[in-house]
Amino acid sequence: MPSLNSWAYLFLKGSTSSMQATNLLILLLGFGVLAFYLGRGRSLAIAAPLGGIRKLHSLPSYYGMHAALWCALPSLFLLGLWLMFDESVINSLVIGSVAADIAPIDTATYNLLLNKVANLADGILPRKGQTESILAASDHMQSLRVISSWSLTALLLALSTAGLFWGWSKTASDFRARPAVEKVMQNLLLACACLAIFTTLGIVLSVLFESIQFFRSVPIYDFVFGLEWSPQTAIREDQVGSSGSFGAVPLFVGTLLVSAVAMVVAVPVGLMSAIYLAEYASKNVRNYAKPALEVLAGIPTVVYGFFAALTVAPFLRDLGSSFGLTVSSESALAAGGVMGIMIIPFISSLADDVITAVPQSMRDGSLAMGATKSETVRRVVIPAALPGIVGGIMLAVSRAIGETMIVVMAAGMAAKLTANPLESVTTVTVQIVTLLTGDQEFDSPKTLAAFALGLMLFTVTLLLNIFALHIVKKYREQYE
Amino acid sequence: MSKPVDHLNKIKHSLRRRNRAEARFRWYGRVAVFIGLAAVAVLFGDIISKGHGAFQATYINLSVAYNQDLIGVDNLTDPDELAMGNWQALPKAALRAQFPEVSGRSDKRKLSGLLSSGAGYDLKDRLLANPLLLGETESIWLLADDDIDTYYKSWLAGDAYAARLTDKQIIWIEQLHQQGQIRLQLNTNLFTRGDSREPEQAGIRGAVMGSLLTLVLTLMLSFPIGVSAAIYLEEFAPKNRWTDFIEVNINNLAAVPSIIFGLLGLAIFINFFHVPRSVPIVGGLVLTLMTLPTIIITSRAAIKSVPPSIRQAALGMGASKYQTVLHHVLPLALPGMLTGAIIGMAQALGETAPLLMIGMVAFIVDIPGSFTDPATVLPVQIFLWADSPERAFIEKTSAAIMVLLTFLIIMNTSAVWLRKRLERRW
Repeated sequence: MPSLNSWAYLFLKGSTSSMQATNLLILLLGFGVLAFYLGRGRSLAIAAPLGGIRKLHSLPSYYGMHAALWCALPSLFLLGLWLMFDESVINSLVIGSVAADIAPIDTATYNLLLNKVANLADGILPRKGQTESILAASDHMQSLRVISSWSLTALLLALSTAGLFWGWSKTASDFRARPAVEKVMQNLLLACACLAIFTTLGIVLSVLFESIQFFRSVPIYDFVFGLEWSPQTAIREDQVGSSGSFGAVPLFVGTLLVSAVAMVVAVPVGLMSAIYLAEYASKNVRNYAKPALEVLAGIPTVVYGFFAALTVAPFLRDLGSSFGLTVSSESALAAGGVMGIMIIPFISSLADDVITAVPQSMRDGSLAMGATKSETVRRVVIPAALPGIVGGIMLAVSRAIGETMIVVMAAGMAAKLTANPLESVTTVTVQIVTLLTGDQEFDSPKTLAAFALGLMLFTVTLLLNIFALHIVKKYREQYE
Repeated sequence: MSKPVDHLNKIKHSLRRRNRAEARFRWYGRVAVFIGLAAVAVLFGDIISKGHGAFQATYINLSVAYNQDLIGVDNLTDPDELAMGNWQALPKAALRAQFPEVSGRSDKRKLSGLLSSGAGYDLKDRLLANPLLLGETESIWLLADDDIDTYYKSWLAGDAYAARLTDKQIIWIEQLHQQGQIRLQLNTNLFTRGDSREPEQAGIRGAVMGSLLTLVLTLMLSFPIGVSAAIYLEEFAPKNRWTDFIEVNINNLAAVPSIIFGLLGLAIFINFFHVPRSVPIVGGLVLTLMTLPTIIITSRAAIKSVPPSIRQAALGMGASKYQTVLHHVLPLALPGMLTGAIIGMAQALGETAPLLMIGMVAFIVDIPGSFTDPATVLPVQIFLWADSPERAFIEKTSAAIMVLLTFLIIMNTSAVWLRKRLERRW
């Protein structure tokens, strides 16, 4: 089974080199199949004079697999590495050898030059009207690309043929093919399992690096404790509000406000419906009501966002004005309320799990003492299930904090420091989306700020999750 | 000492109170369940009532004369001439012929505003398909402008919305209606076209194709990787700190906000590996990383549910550990794994936020045909349309949501069906 490296990077390039990569991949797979049959055939040929395949250490197909793995795996690995690095190597070679008159002085001109040369080499830009040195650079790039693609093909062919021959020649009656194949497979499985770690690592590194860069231009203290958020950076020196201010407190407050509204809706409704369905409802009601509630969990958040922005928000605004209240049309109440509806099934299913895990004997004991059913639930079942419920609520809070689409569509853009749910607030996720959608250069504080916000979001939700999962796990062990 | 009767009274009193509390508590529960179910009903009702209209579009019947002089094209095989042709003149002339009394610049402009700005190009396509029509006249149904569409639908429903029309336009529409020259037809554009700035010409084909390509890639990557990881963790992993660490990682990744995966995709795939923006490849990679935890967790549950006796029997017959897993455990766990994969794909299909980060939010008219074409996906299309100011896009957005929800309902019910049908109880 090809690992992510080899699979993914095949596709990671533009049209021409991705075509080449796809073709090479198909070629390699064909080679692998060929190697399988050659290896198997050789083992059968060896076994025949000895008295059948009983005399082999492993089944013939394992000898085939062994040859196929030797043939395909190293080549796939090489292909992956090559595709990952060939562009950057070619770029640095080309830019390193350009004529002095166009040599780049900083990163901006470097990128500009690189784009221009690459576009010329791809034939996107017309060659007419370009200077000699640029044309020379683009020709250089083109020739390097041709060399790269030919040498890649040649190397891969050589490597897979050598692997095939090696795997094939190892075939012998006493060769332990099955353990060898199984060992390779075990390592592949392990690599797949480790991908989770690499993903986490990738998240941490990508957010951390950009954040550190951001904190170089904006002190971390100003970011975490600053009270004003207006991330416009000036294009001209004399522009009004030219120095963007990156105080994230209004965003944190807005996020907490929206999440709090969501929790006020979701916790009572989710908890009570879980209790009702687990303790009171007949089997019939439970069988229908539970999946119907779970439908809410399957609805995409963008749908909730549409619902919040176009139905709930205008409704609340009109309702408010009929009571003489001014409700903003992007109020935290609308976004939070709809988010709460989204979280209801999350809380109710987690609460249902922990409530049904409370041993029946505890209920029986309480009922036998003459307590009513609701007293049993309130005084015995809920306290017993409390750690699990708290864990579930914390997971729900982490979800509310990280929820994006509802707030992007229904909450405001302007950062305001307020605790009034009728006003419009903005959240961390809204700002990340606003700062990063559209074209932007990658090292302005404006885009880097998004990564700093992402770091905050990741840290907070990670801590909440670890803590909550820990509580839930502990609780489960208690009654197992 | 008080008398026993007092005690009895006290107990009776408190019993009544306690029973009332019991009834109240029960009602709280009923109300909570009702709120949840009402939310489902209101949400679906709202979307359907807003969106059902979009499956029909207003068409106006006109007799169009394919006049060579008007278009300025003689030779239909010459691409240069076709590109220079004045195709918009065709529907304009047809409208003038229908309402010869209209005069004055602004009125004429209002008149041609009855039809979609794409009507001329539709006629061009029709002419190219039937070159014999050149010089002929035919009666044909042409797509109306979105404002006309909104007005006509609301007028038919008895609650006319005329905010963006002039009085004359309303009179024209009424005339057309009396003559049976305006009607609602099935809106095929919605399913056959890509995005457009003009609501009446916008369709979800591009977004559906983008979603399909992205999902195919996601499934191709996340299912094999997820299943392999689950097999390793469940069957082979030694109990040590390293595997504990992997487990903690997987559980936490399942709860990381999806937008963080978008940041990861932006920083790693786009800025580090220079994968082009907006293409299904990046979308697929990001969604793969996002759905992997779900798939791993459900696959592990499926492997766990295979009873140990099966493994012991295979091992007892002399199978190796791998043969046991590949030949016996995996086939038996497959239905559960497939269920998990479908649920993971449903999650990926509905995901929007990470895709905004990696540029799949661009305005793309062309329908993507490969993994390297710029594309958008259905939820992002919904987001884009919901953001558009035109009133007609509200209807379109709701219709796109209905399509998305239909896909999701199909996926989820098939997962439930698969589980019921194929999963064995041991």
